[in-house]
Amino acid sequence: MKKSLKETGKGWLYLLPALLFLGIFMVYPLIDVLVYSFEESYNFASQSYTGVGLYNYKYVLRDPYFIQALKNTFIIVIITVPVSTTLSLLVAYLLSRITKLKELFQTVSFLPYVTNTLAVGLVFMILFKKTPYSDGMINILIRFFGGESVDFIDGPYWAKMMVMCIYTVWVVMPFKILILTSALASVNETYYKAARVDGTSSFRIFTRITLPMISPMIFYLVITGFIGAFKAYSDEVALFGTDLNKAGMNTIVGYVYDMLYGDSGGYPSYAAAAALILFMIVFTITIFNLLISNKKVSIGGGK
Amino acid sequence: MMAEEKKNKGAGRGKERAGAIARYTLLSIWALIVLFPFYWMVLTSFKSYASYNSEYVPRFVATDPTVQNYKSAFTEVPLARYFTNTFLFTIITTALMHVVIILAAYAFSRLKFRGKNAVFALFLSLMMIPNELVVITNYVTITNWNMRNTFLGLILPSVTSVFYIYLLKENFEQIPEELYKAAKVDGTSDLKYLLKVMIPISQPTIITITILKVIECWNSYVWPRLITDDKNHYLVSNGIQEIRESGFGRDNVPAMMAAVVVISLPLIILFLIFRKKIMAGVSRGGLKG
Repeated sequence: MKKSLKETGKGWLYLLPALLFLGIFMVYPLIDVLVYSFEESYNFASQSYTGVGLYNYKYVLRDPYFIQALKNTFIIVIITVPVSTTLSLLVAYLLSRITKLKELFQTVSFLPYVTNTLAVGLVFMILFKKTPYSDGMINILIRFFGGESVDFIDGPYWAKMMVMCIYTVWVVMPFKILILTSALASVNETYYKAARVDGTSSFRIFTRITLPMISPMIFYLVITGFIGAFKAYSDEVALFGTDLNKAGMNTIVGYVYDMLYGDSGGYPSYAAAAALILFMIVFTITIFNLLISNKKVSIGGGK
Repeated sequence: MMAEEKKNKGAGRGKERAGAIARYTLLSIWALIVLFPFYWMVLTSFKSYASYNSEYVPRFVATDPTVQNYKSAFTEVPLARYFTNTFLFTIITTALMHVVIILAAYAFSRLKFRGKNAVFALFLSLMMIPNELVVITNYVTITNWNMRNTFLGLILPSVTSVFYIYLLKENFEQIPEELYKAAKVDGTSDLKYLLKVMIPISQPTIITITILKVIECWNSYVWPRLITDDKNHYLVSNGIQEIRESGFGRDNVPAMMAAVVVISLPLIILFLIFRKKIMAGVSRGGLKG
């Protein structure tokens, strides 16, 4: 008995640093953010509030900046998740079908993962931007093919959204390609051999054998892709600068930070309400995705 | 019959070659899309301010390469400062995190104590909490502690990671219990056993975690932005944003690109050296679900 008490003490001692940090920077904030979101007219300086209720949520949901951020975030999610997953699957499939130079191509396609997205975002901005000196590389290409040049950085909404989505896809693909390449490599060769003996076409092999076999991985990537895209923020800053509201390109996470800090900041209650709304959206969609994937994967996976 | 088969084989080979050509073409296009921004930033960083602005149609080579932009990047903006800050931040955060997570993972995997399962369940449930939810209070906490614009304020909230504790615990548990029992019989203390046996055996996992954390630290933007407004404490991400918004003046794109190259290089070099380890680490670490 005495020994077990000593063991218990030791166990907690080893856990102490982790418990301290998690307590202060994760558990307490979780409770606190809920409290913030219900305290009305919270004042940062005097740390006082006037009442408790749903006012913060109502305010946020009626704020045109939030509505814009919500719209932007949903567009980014709906476009980039399917596009990046499909393209990654294509690249991973091609990688799995070659032997020469395979490592080189793999290394190149992983490169964006290890770059600072704010730094490379600047390069994208330069490529797409139209200045008095030059139309920018992309616009010159567009004109070369007979199109009309557009300012993708300070121009119309659709143009800004387009470059936003292109950059997001560019940033998220390396991880997906990596995961899908190893998923494809893990498919048992004997299935392919059997199919080839039967004279099945490669397209049929892909849709009937490969896809079902790696479908759990694809769904995993779709779910994490959804979560990641809903939290989009720093890629937007990289392209359009810190004043995302002015650019009309803010996202939900950006709205949270703008409410907290900077020229428009000082409203932790609104920030808290917006963060919780984001959390609820992500939570709902993740559950929804899990339900669908469970169904689909069990149908596709057979067994 | 024989002839028929031969013909089929011949057609198959031709088809095979066409397929290979298509595959390599598509992959090359993809590689071009990935590499082009890198090429463009290096290229632009070697063009002089005057020649960059005089090229209405940008040239694909620097006709008159100059290193002036790199000089400007280090003299006109405190790039070296941002660099040192990020370097220190990355090293200290990663080191502190290892102490915290190794101790916790050891407690979960080897020690027997009351309440272990309950705490572990709590830890697992914390894995689902997005950072965006807790950052608001952390911002207020650090501000109240007067730690804005300090290294401590930057570092403290990111020295624990439930996911890494979990990853390491799984790894520790694969080390045979017999080793531990033998060490106990010999009278080896837990701490010594941890340092001399567990950590060396788990080195691959620890390296994986280090790599992921270093990438995360080097690229972190949101928290440093919230907690620092003094340029002397900026990290590279905030530095590059500052450079973009009010750096060299007159839209000096080549100098900006020089700064971008300098900031991107450390991770790219690290990647080229530890390519296999990093890719294996990311694919292991990424699969948290």
